[in-house]
Amino acid sequence: MAALAQRLKLSYSKYWYAYAMVAPVVIVLGVLVAYPLGRGIYLTLTDANSLNVGHTVGVNHIPDTFTFVGLHNYSDILFGPGSYDRFWSHFVWTIEWTVLCVTLTVGTGLGLALLLNQKLRGRTAYRMLLVVPWAVPTFVTVFSWRLMLADGGLVNTLLGSLHLPQPSWLEDPLAQKTAAILVNTWCGVPFMMLSLLGGLQSIPAELYEAAEMDGASAWQQFRHVTLPGLRSVSSTVVLLGVIWTFNQFAIIYLLFGMNAPDVQILVTWAYQLGFGQQPRDYAQSASYGIILLSILIVFTGFYQRWLKRNDQTAI
Amino acid sequence: MRRGIAASALVAALAVSLAACGSNGSGSSSASGPVTITYWDTSNATNEAPNYQAVVQKFEAANPTIKVNFVNVPFDQAQNKLQTAMSSKGAPDVFRSDVGWTAAFAKGGYLTPLDGTAALPNAGVFQPSLIKQAQYQGKTYGVPLVTDTLGLLYNKALFAKAGITAAPTTWDELKADAATVKDKTGVDGFEMRAGDGYYAMPLLFGEGSDMVDAANKKITVNSPEAVKAINTYQSLFTAPGTVKADITSDGYAHMMDAFNSGKVAAIINGPWEITNIYKGSAFTDHTNLGIAAVPAGSTGKAGAPTGGHNIAVYAGSDAAHQAAAEKFAAFMTSADSESFIAEKNSTLPTRSDAFTADVKSDPGIAGFQQILSSAQPRPALPEYASLFTSLGTNLAQVATGQKGVQAGLDATAQDYAKILPDFAKQ
Repeated sequence: MAALAQRLKLSYSKYWYAYAMVAPVVIVLGVLVAYPLGRGIYLTLTDANSLNVGHTVGVNHIPDTFTFVGLHNYSDILFGPGSYDRFWSHFVWTIEWTVLCVTLTVGTGLGLALLLNQKLRGRTAYRMLLVVPWAVPTFVTVFSWRLMLADGGLVNTLLGSLHLPQPSWLEDPLAQKTAAILVNTWCGVPFMMLSLLGGLQSIPAELYEAAEMDGASAWQQFRHVTLPGLRSVSSTVVLLGVIWTFNQFAIIYLLFGMNAPDVQILVTWAYQLGFGQQPRDYAQSASYGIILLSILIVFTGFYQRWLKRNDQTAI
Repeated sequence: MRRGIAASALVAALAVSLAACGSNGSGSSSASGPVTITYWDTSNATNEAPNYQAVVQKFEAANPTIKVNFVNVPFDQAQNKLQTAMSSKGAPDVFRSDVGWTAAFAKGGYLTPLDGTAALPNAGVFQPSLIKQAQYQGKTYGVPLVTDTLGLLYNKALFAKAGITAAPTTWDELKADAATVKDKTGVDGFEMRAGDGYYAMPLLFGEGSDMVDAANKKITVNSPEAVKAINTYQSLFTAPGTVKADITSDGYAHMMDAFNSGKVAAIINGPWEITNIYKGSAFTDHTNLGIAAVPAGSTGKAGAPTGGHNIAVYAGSDAAHQAAAEKFAAFMTSADSESFIAEKNSTLPTRSDAFTADVKSDPGIAGFQQILSSAQPRPALPEYASLFTSLGTNLAQVATGQKGVQAGLDATAQDYAKILPDFAKQ
């Protein structure tokens, strides 16, 4: 014990400088992250909503009247009456949405990156063009899609002229989900493409030459040179893609508004509970936030271990 | 020495990272100096707001010591924005509050009671029912600015072309007329606003029902009468000649565009859209717009919700701002201002002395004034405005056929039980 105190004292007198330099960051993070997170966790253990949270307005002081309910919110969300409609249906759809979107964006991004890695004329122009969906503000992209996907919009006019069925993209649950995945893929591909292109360009050309000398086919080169060479980049973009897609708020909210319960992923659903309805259900909304955070933490942990086992680091 | 530099660097770093935002008070103002009050207007930004702004300018001219900062907030976001602002910072001193919000905001302690203040010098001139709905626990928290209800708006030319001479008076007649219009003119006969609880109220009232029975503390949204009403509602999207449910974010705009350009012959809507309708290609002749009471249900009685807006004063402002805001509220709801707004916007005044000859001769106002008698007063229940969210979401699924009527209304009743824990369920 005394030895520890001695060590601390020693390290303090030796490194006080470093502590002082780190202190502001620690304090700011504490204020910006730790406090709201702690407050959020506390709210999940109460039945707080906009009617029973206290506030002071001028001369009127309304006291807090919410009560501590323990883990009731969690049990109610996961197993309470109507929990399938309120939680599990959104949970299943969130997982489907994440897996499909990440697969599509990474797959398409890799295909385009391979194409753009060839020596072809006007390569820079193509790259610029393909970055556009990412560079345009999200709401502009989404509103354009909303116009194109409307009942009399461009997409259905095209389908109609080809005598194909014309789904109501913004109203029918299955079509809504398809539309959401389509628009998110459109917005997500450029980032994946650029990152993977960077990865491709860092693979030494000698490796391909050597593979060619050994008589490897194009497919074998891709399997045994390109993919392993990309692994450090791809593992990172997959992780980022999963986290971003899982918490993709803007696209779903802007594309469908508030009247589409079937297509809401957990994040947009939590927003609806906390801010999109009267009375606002702070406690349940916060509980959804904590559940989301837990899911992501567990996923990231497993993902890191899986990468470690394959001797790769994501971050 | 170096230590000194390091220490001062540290202090500087800490000072920067912890730079506190100074709290910005709403401008220091003595009682004599000029006061700037912020007014949130929730009217339609293109048609209505410019006319309200004109009234605000008149007020500033008459009261040189008061400046008004006029902010237009889209109506569909206003309740949320007000709720956020009033419980923290950045709330307006005075605002245009939907009649449905007033009691709930008063219950939350956000509003100043206006009885005996400059805002309400003479409560007797207003329609008693409108003063009553602005009250909470015996105090008045809003000055009635405009009133409205829902009516059946129809395109007379299209109805005449289909050989229909009188507006339909029941939902069954409406469906028959819609089919006839579609047959004879090729134009859709009727479009119902889908997935919005407010527009389904005439169906509930037409069966003598409501979302809740406030007097007997009962949730009635899934009663047999309500189920019957919503079955009719569902049929309004599938019957021949009616437009299929549009529950997209742009659904309301689509409906209005179709009606204004003569692609739909009839809709259910309120007087706030009249100026907009007059701009449409089908209504360059203003007399082409027919206004009738909403169709009646099987009870034979037509019923529509009472809507409208009050001017409310925020309780969190200081005395000087509140006094200015009260003066402003009185000016906005004076007979002259209300007549001016009525003539410009075709919305209905809330006081009898504002119905001048000019106001009465406006065809839109005349039409809606006739059907005000079918408007049902709102129950004095602060939570009443919160009941529309769940109803709208479930009706969207009922309208598109994703949910059965009974299942949709049962889900709504379940949500109501959370908002009104002491009410009896079906």
